Amino acid sequence: MKVDLRINGVNRSADIEPRKTLLDALRENFLLNGAHAGCEHGVCGACTVLVDGEPVRSCLMFAVQADGYEITTIEGLAPAPGELSVIQDAFCETHGLQCGYCTPGMILAAHALLQHTVTPTREDIVEAISGNICRCTGYGQIIEAVQFAADRLRKANTPRPHHGADKPVVEAK
Amino acid sequence: MKPAPFDYVRPDTLAEACALLAGDEDARLIAGGQTLVPMLAMRLARPARLIDILRLPELAGIREERGAVVVGATTRQAHAERDPVIRASVPMLARVLPWVGHPPTRNRGTVGGSIANADPSAEIPLVAVTLGADIMLATPDGPTSMPADDFFIGPMLTTIGLGECVSAIRFPVWPQPRIGVGFFEISARRSDFAFVAAAAQVALDEEGRCLDAALGVGGVGDRPLPLDVSSLVGTELDAASIAEAVNAASDNLEAMSDLHASAAYRRRVARVLCIRALEQARINASAKSAKGAR
Repeated sequence: MKVDLRINGVNRSADIEPRKTLLDALRENFLLNGAHAGCEHGVCGACTVLVDGEPVRSCLMFAVQADGYEITTIEGLAPAPGELSVIQDAFCETHGLQCGYCTPGMILAAHALLQHTVTPTREDIVEAISGNICRCTGYGQIIEAVQFAADRLRKANTPRPHHGADKPVVEAK
Repeated sequence: MKPAPFDYVRPDTLAEACALLAGDEDARLIAGGQTLVPMLAMRLARPARLIDILRLPELAGIREERGAVVVGATTRQAHAERDPVIRASVPMLARVLPWVGHPPTRNRGTVGGSIANADPSAEIPLVAVTLGADIMLATPDGPTSMPADDFFIGPMLTTIGLGECVSAIRFPVWPQPRIGVGFFEISARRSDFAFVAAAAQVALDEEGRCLDAALGVGGVGDRPLPLDVSSLVGTELDAASIAEAVNAASDNLEAMSDLHASAAYRRRVARVLCIRALEQARINASAKSAKGAR
């Protein structure tokens, strides 16, 4: 079945079997390996991507269901090749990752949170990443990373795009 | 963790979806898919065809009617959680939604999907039976509806027939200005399935006397159960009245035993959570002015 997607701001299309999840389509048809295949039944959050700006589990959605939607993967966050987004950089600085398997999902969940919550509380951050399992960090440094990123984004004095389904979500630079 | 092959169709109208569903025993509806897709991935479900109803305009939207708010079946849980009409008029639904799954599953999962799935520990069915909501159905013979309490008949079992689709849920809106809600849930970890959940809604008059009270428990029996606490009307919802009403209402509560909790534990915890939910509802209602808008 033909599926048209807008992935990281680029229109892509492919002929995809209905039973193929969005996760597998991103990895196999579009060669975007940043969304990780963890449990593949909606428990771990490693496959989190943004669909029309909101975090969803790409293993719990068939690619055919995503037809026409705007998809953002971890590959779409950095402002330029070789650079990191503010949130990605904050994860490095605060040691918010060890093995890195959960990191793309964590960063996309944090990204969506910081798009509509400029000053998140610790509870807001915990809730935002509550669907993402990390087996290395103990979560403390991840929460610290999101707080650090929120602080930097506030100080960046750059207008952030308003959150809405009609607009693509882009990282504040 | 890869689903077995299936056909996928995305009909343009609800009538077409119902006709496709009625014509094929091995077809299933999919909307948010947050329960169905894991079932497919583990091959616990192997439908021959999936009929995607998520984009049908007839199933979308939240509208106010006389004395009710009608929530379209495909309303995303995350959307309902933020919706100003639901927050103002069906506060119990707004109150429980943060307990439904996690933010990413609420972004896809729908209100109607949770109703149709009929998990005995799910929060949205609990709200529907507690408030006495009507489940609106699209059938091959046209629209119909039935009380939520008649709709749920067992774990993951409803009275829905072949070719029928949940189209919306009609939540009654209480007319009194001082309404309060309370909700408590015990689970192994945040956002996991509830062993016991209790939801309460009360209306108070200017002096703080109870005008109306509704109570329900989830996760205890094989379906969410409404409990009769009409004896609270006229009381000041003091601790003794609440305890008496809850004891009477939960006396013969049917409870299940499983790996997670025994029937005796569930009954004991249900009683405690019911009392706490009613107390929280009273405190929540007391904070509201008798004249002001809710």
